Amino acid sequence: MLTFLILLPIITALVILAIPGHYRFVIRCVALLGTLETAIWAAVLFFRSVPGTPDFQFEQLVPWISAGGLHVNYHVGVDGISVGLVLAAAWVGFAATAISWDIERENKLFYILLMMMISGSLGAFASLDLFFFYFFNEMALVPTFIMIGVWGSGPDRQAAAFRITLYLTLGALVALVGLVALYAATGTLDVTELRRQLVDHPLPIKTQQRVFPCLLFGFGTLAGLWPFHSWAPQGYACAPAATAMMHAGILKKAGLLALLRVAWPFLPDAVAYWMPVLVWLCLGNLLFCGFVALRQRDLNLLIGNSSLAHMGFAFLGLASMNVIGLTGTVLVMVAHAFLAGLSFALTGWVRHQTGTVEMTRLGGLLRTMPFIGAAMILCFMAGCGVPGFANFAGELGVLFGVWKGTMFSLHAWVLAAAWGGLIIAGVYMMRAIRLVLHGELKPEWHEVSDANSGWRRLPFVALLVALVLFGVAPGILTRRIEPAVVEIVKMARHRAVPDSLVGATGAVQP
Amino acid sequence: MELAVGLLGLAVLLADLWIAPASRRILGWGAAAVLTCVLVFGLGSLAPQSGMGFSGLYVVDPLARFFKAFFLLSGVVVLLMTVEYADQLAVGLSEFFALTLFAVTGMLFAASANDLTMMFVSLELITVTFYVLNSFQRGKLASIEAGVKYLILGALASAFMVFGIALIFGSANTTQFSELALRQRELSGSRIFLTGLTLVLVGLGFKIAAFPFHGWAPDVYQGSPAPATALLAIGSKAAGFVLLLRLLFGAVPEITAEWHRLLGALAVLSLLYGSLCAIPQRSVKRLMGYSSIANAGYLLLGVAVVSPAGSVAVLYYLGAYCFAVLAVFTVLCVMMNSSDTDDMADFAGLGMRSPVLAGVMTLALASLAGVPPLAGFIGKFLILRAVIAAGATHPGYYGLAAVAVIGAVISLYYYFGIVRMMYWGGEPLERLAISVTPGAGIALLLCVAGIVYLGIAPNGLLQLSADAVAGIQPAAASAFKPTGH
Repeated sequence: MLTFLILLPIITALVILAIPGHYRFVIRCVALLGTLETAIWAAVLFFRSVPGTPDFQFEQLVPWISAGGLHVNYHVGVDGISVGLVLAAAWVGFAATAISWDIERENKLFYILLMMMISGSLGAFASLDLFFFYFFNEMALVPTFIMIGVWGSGPDRQAAAFRITLYLTLGALVALVGLVALYAATGTLDVTELRRQLVDHPLPIKTQQRVFPCLLFGFGTLAGLWPFHSWAPQGYACAPAATAMMHAGILKKAGLLALLRVAWPFLPDAVAYWMPVLVWLCLGNLLFCGFVALRQRDLNLLIGNSSLAHMGFAFLGLASMNVIGLTGTVLVMVAHAFLAGLSFALTGWVRHQTGTVEMTRLGGLLRTMPFIGAAMILCFMAGCGVPGFANFAGELGVLFGVWKGTMFSLHAWVLAAAWGGLIIAGVYMMRAIRLVLHGELKPEWHEVSDANSGWRRLPFVALLVALVLFGVAPGILTRRIEPAVVEIVKMARHRAVPDSLVGATGAVQP
Repeated sequence: MELAVGLLGLAVLLADLWIAPASRRILGWGAAAVLTCVLVFGLGSLAPQSGMGFSGLYVVDPLARFFKAFFLLSGVVVLLMTVEYADQLAVGLSEFFALTLFAVTGMLFAASANDLTMMFVSLELITVTFYVLNSFQRGKLASIEAGVKYLILGALASAFMVFGIALIFGSANTTQFSELALRQRELSGSRIFLTGLTLVLVGLGFKIAAFPFHGWAPDVYQGSPAPATALLAIGSKAAGFVLLLRLLFGAVPEITAEWHRLLGALAVLSLLYGSLCAIPQRSVKRLMGYSSIANAGYLLLGVAVVSPAGSVAVLYYLGAYCFAVLAVFTVLCVMMNSSDTDDMADFAGLGMRSPVLAGVMTLALASLAGVPPLAGFIGKFLILRAVIAAGATHPGYYGLAAVAVIGAVISLYYYFGIVRMMYWGGEPLERLAISVTPGAGIALLLCVAGIVYLGIAPNGLLQLSADAVAGIQPAAASAFKPTGH
């Protein structure tokens, strides 16, 4: 069933490939149908997955390479951690397709690339073999570069495309080195196999110390960890809305998922050793990117920076190393997937209607676009962690996790800083609402139109519903996430040596 | 099989007498068809077990079979490419076909060479034909320059090699790889022998365009006719590597193990030099020249780890490299038919002008840059794996892995430059779609199929490479057991 889900967008892409380029309407219909079906199947998968068990479900294993000393399997399956992300990927993918009605040029190629992105991110979340994880992740990244280059906007889109390409490739390759080193040490890249091998015999500390930095900084770059983040805001500002939605919302989470899946359970000693570094870096995300967002005039740059700040929360939860913190991280990941998707969809609408996202040039838009404006207010509320939205639940989990974890003696300060990050988020979000939606309506924007038909509203509504649903009833997610996280924490505490040998700052409570 | 190809070359020359100049393309088609038959039937008829011939000069083993198939396949594509390129070669089309066939013959001999003299003779056959092929466009100054450059440096490299062979023969009294292998322990103390071996390596380094024997590559790649460049990039390099593998691992494995530092240094220098110099290039052929130096660096990395896994990676990498480079040069041939230059500006807007060509080019460049799920990625993955696995014994290899990663990012930058040019490099100079003839179409189809197939289903070629390597590095059998199961 998972394989079918991953293949659906690919099949859609093949169908589109067969349609001549000038049947624009047919192409768009096929793309919409394909992604809608993907989204429905993902929802079915989500609700059919059994909560309360740490096992992988819907597993499928097909041997792929067995010659020449390589052993790689196509192995997919979801547990509580990834099932939410699969759902988010499919829904945001559908929404991204739905809001792309304004693509005029080469729209056949555009939809094919978008389908590749969706399929790649679904595959990356579902892969239990790290080789395939890498494979799918790249499959989704390559279209990103091309889409920014061809359909992007803004004068420096070429520079942005180059930058995002080089940063992300370097990150991916560094992570690949880490994965290959892991493979060289264990002979497998299969998560379940690794778990079986390493649960009783953790890797020697020396190996862990070699592998972990590669994974942390490699996947960290992919997820926008400070200070390897500078590709993100610029890239998102120049990208077409659908690409920004998919990348900021979905693909960025793949790096985090890999850290959670691989680094935390299999390299516990190295994690403990690097913990202080990671905490400082995610404070960089929370505060530095927050402050940068505060000063932006471009709405997309603001959202790009704020999404980095959200990544800071996710990393902070990772660093807390306890069940509630990690659960919070996964919640933040899922919630932010919907949130980022929604934000970029909304700014995409504004850009299409007004031709600009300079906040100082906009104003009073709530009057001409009541629906979009209202959605934007809700979205920004969710972004600064107002209760009732999924983000609040996740951030709360992270904060509790930090409080409970004796991270190191500084945890009160870290908590204060994270709280400060939330305040900053409140300030820049309010500022954006005031500048864009309230105030005097500039004469040139009298003619802009709102999302009037139900059809146009559907993608926004779909994402908002998900945000509110998981905000009001986060239990749907946490019941699935928690058992899987418990398993990870159990492995993460299973250290090769006693704390005293790792250093005085050993992070985990025995 | 070599005889068949050689005779085919002669037959092409003879047939030239009866065929009107205007319809000589048919010769290329015929030669390609016969070569395909040789590939299919010749390889099928070769006995599966290994055998020696000509009192040990000539060997047929899985490694030889692997490379024979490789050379024949690239020969077919290059012939098809030449048919496409025919208008650019003012005169002597059938000679071009014949020379290509002779070069392929030389490569086939090289794949089976088990003796230093055999190695030298086959390499000379290749090199001498390239002297002519490179300077084939007599009207063009660049082409003549390429030919002269290749002639002088090639002659120098041959002189080194012959001198090295003489020294080896003088100290070891034999030129056969298998006999050298038996006596390597006593020989490794002999300075004369080691000097000779070094000089032979210099000669091979020239063939594979590794730093610091790379000086000819950019100019020659840029000046030569595109099909000749393609054959040079694929055939000449692969011939160098098959001989390198045979010599280093078949004849003197113990000395090789001691020389891993030297090989690693050469690999790193080639990789960095090639990648960095490729960045500012505007001529696509010249860029491919530098990228070929960088790729020689990757391949040498696989050799420098001195393990069966490394050699398997080398073979796989060559397979992946072959299809991608052939695809790039076929596209170039098609393009140059209409514009006669290979400047990057000509690629502007190709994505709009002829989406198929641009798509193939993108695919090939992505494979060269190592983007999954294409063939090049598996090749790079295998090399990286071999290097990191070797790092467990010699931590210095981690440094090599780091350089490999840096090289990969730089390579992405310059390959991506071409892709960017094609899709958003501004308006094309002409709006006209470029027509693709059936010959080039078949060649492109073959290459694309290879790139995608090797990326998605690498099992087959991996098995072949593993078999091929097992013949010369018997340690292979034990090392291939997966660890940790």
